[in-house]
Amino acid sequence: MSTIAVPHEAHAAGAHEHHEAIPFIRRYIFSTDHKIIGIQFLFMSLFFLLVGGLLAMAMRWQLAWPSNPDMPLPGGSVLPETMVTDGIMLPEFYNALVTMHGTIMVFFAIMPLLVGVWANYLIPLQIGAPDMAFPRLNMASFWLAVPAGLLMLASFFVVGGAANAGWTGYATLSTSEVYSGVKLGQQLWCVSLVILGFSSLIGAVNYITTLINMRAPGLTWFRLPLSTWALFVTSVLILLAVPILAGGLIMLFFDITIDTTFFRPEGGGQPLLWQHLFWFFGHPEVYILILPAMGFVSDILANGARKPIFGYHAMVWAIVGIGFIGWVVWGHHMFMSGMNPMLGGFFMVTTLIIAVPSAIKTFNWLGTVWGGNIRFHAPMLYALGFVSLFVIGGLSGIFLAAGPVDIPLHDTYFVVAHIHYVLVGGSLFGIFAAITFWYPKMFGRMMSEMLGKIHFALTFIFFNLTFFPMHMLGSGGMMRRLYDPTQYPYLQPQQDTNVFITINALLLFGTQLIFAFNFLWNLWKGKRATENPWEANSLEWSAPSPPPHGNWGGVVPIVNRGPYEYSAPEAEADYWPQTDVAAPVRAAPVSH
Amino acid sequence: MSTAAAATLDRAGSGFGVYNMKLGMWVFLLSEVMFFTGLIGAYIILRFANPDQFAQPGVVLNVPLTALNTFILICSSVTMVKAFAEIEQGNQKGLRMYLLATVILGMIFLGIQAVEYTVLTHEGFVPMSSSYDALGRDGTPPVEGGPLYGATFYTMTGFHGTHVTIGVLCMMFTTFQAFRGRYTAESHGGVEIMGLYWHFVDLVWIILFTIVYLI
Repeated sequence: MSTIAVPHEAHAAGAHEHHEAIPFIRRYIFSTDHKIIGIQFLFMSLFFLLVGGLLAMAMRWQLAWPSNPDMPLPGGSVLPETMVTDGIMLPEFYNALVTMHGTIMVFFAIMPLLVGVWANYLIPLQIGAPDMAFPRLNMASFWLAVPAGLLMLASFFVVGGAANAGWTGYATLSTSEVYSGVKLGQQLWCVSLVILGFSSLIGAVNYITTLINMRAPGLTWFRLPLSTWALFVTSVLILLAVPILAGGLIMLFFDITIDTTFFRPEGGGQPLLWQHLFWFFGHPEVYILILPAMGFVSDILANGARKPIFGYHAMVWAIVGIGFIGWVVWGHHMFMSGMNPMLGGFFMVTTLIIAVPSAIKTFNWLGTVWGGNIRFHAPMLYALGFVSLFVIGGLSGIFLAAGPVDIPLHDTYFVVAHIHYVLVGGSLFGIFAAITFWYPKMFGRMMSEMLGKIHFALTFIFFNLTFFPMHMLGSGGMMRRLYDPTQYPYLQPQQDTNVFITINALLLFGTQLIFAFNFLWNLWKGKRATENPWEANSLEWSAPSPPPHGNWGGVVPIVNRGPYEYSAPEAEADYWPQTDVAAPVRAAPVSH
Repeated sequence: MSTAAAATLDRAGSGFGVYNMKLGMWVFLLSEVMFFTGLIGAYIILRFANPDQFAQPGVVLNVPLTALNTFILICSSVTMVKAFAEIEQGNQKGLRMYLLATVILGMIFLGIQAVEYTVLTHEGFVPMSSSYDALGRDGTPPVEGGPLYGATFYTMTGFHGTHVTIGVLCMMFTTFQAFRGRYTAESHGGVEIMGLYWHFVDLVWIILFTIVYLI
């Protein structure tokens, strides 16, 4: 092999010099700058978070006051007769709400909030690179996600309504119009997810290449911040899991569209095959949705505790371990599907084993905070909230992982409680932590600490009041995806709990307006952020806030140590940036 | 392609010593492996569960024709390797000739596949739910089968054909660039990553040919 020279286009390094020369459209809309793309993903996914939240509120309304003419659905009158008639939600529409809430939240809100936003924004900044390896592919990744989201939203308004076979799209409900009453909506669901999958895929190729090839001098693998490590493992999971879903979706699309029988038993197809394909993707997907949040929280806890992260190497190997074991646990979603019970035993054991790296991470977080001189800034509060809520979600996960216990609990509200403890209490708290922590870097302004703390406290309270009682509903036998619990006599004693949950869910939703205000208002009115407002160590804090095109103005930062040197005895200040050669003296107090 | 690629080599030692486009292609091919794994896995499961739906090898599918097609695709990989070897020596003329040969061989492959599809669908071998009634070869009576045979056959070979089509289009672009003299002995990353993709598509076909046509 000869050596291969790469064409020197001299773009990345020198671009900041003609920063002003980039026209508006190239700079903010069809931008190839990883920071702008990250921010674009942020606005897109926050919009979908709002949409998904509204769908959930409509569902909660129905569950608290099912088909009650005295309590018509607020805003229901603007919806077409095929969704809401006389203020009463139709069962078909409820099914579509369940499906689309899950789909939108998983694929269009949480996943892009964790990966699309932060992998784009953080990876080049935390590894000292001027941009991604493939900036134009990166732009394509965002501009594929947008039409995918529009298609998904459009499916509400086609004949038959949106997909209503659940976010898992189980065959044969999803394959046959006869069963679900939906054809076009389900087709759009498939097409939208394939497009989004392709967007995630080229994103993952980009992140992996960038991380392997473009780290700054001195930035060895074990000097990477845990955020970056988590995003790296997440990217590998996306890379390998998403194509499996795409293959399954394509076969599902053929089943719906041209009458093939991959998943339809009438032609010898296997509904279980869809479940295997879906969950072979779906379980790594679960870790795609939590690993990045674990990474952010690790960085923020160390920063707030002013201590090095406890057990850095163990943390890294725990992330990698979760990434590996995550491939052999998918069957625990299928204990009750008619799968061979011997196989169920295998999946039960592997699932329980994955509790080990998760517990390593949890105890290391506790060890990090332990004895620290803690700064309770808003990101730190969200991070602490993450740890506590993730533990509850993890423990209920152990219930569900045990096959015999899962038999009565599967497909009940216990599962709903579990998934929301890990996905809202876990991932979303991690996202709040990340947004409040890196907001100054992104926009050059500070969010309000006071509003952040109020939002944290109220969210924490209403979150628990909303989702904790669902454990009891589920233990009492209330099925998930249930349109009207009052139709079942044995569920009637629990109806007050449903009302209680709905009131708290509405308050939880209302609380998010504080965050929205805090986020939007401070884009223009926030205090100017300094370069390093949290006195943190990792590389992004050595760039200006917000960093210019090219990040360090053509200078390549040199890395001398790991990112967790807080309260190092040889340093006078309680932090020691990765780029500093000598031990720092305490900087002047941050002025804001 | 890559505007930030320039930054890579300046940071020699931090990565794997492979330039961005090549590393990116390898990473992308990993995901392609998973895509075909999903399709092939589904095929294996469905076939084991419904052996009666699948005809014996050579009864419905025209194995000799496809064997010829496989040979053509393997030849195109050889010409691809030769093209890369030529430009490593800085031989522009050889590069152009072998790239052009690869494009033509790829197009022949697609043409034969199109003929195969046309003949098969005329014989009633379609991916629909209704059971087909394909004509047997060599004067044997018509074959009864099930819908899964056609569905899996067209899905797997169709997605492979799509990959070849994309490959041929990209190869045309590479050839065009070669005729404009864009590649030199020192800088020919485009030819190399094109080759990686092409060999991958070839490799997938050898697996597909074996399990779909021969077994």
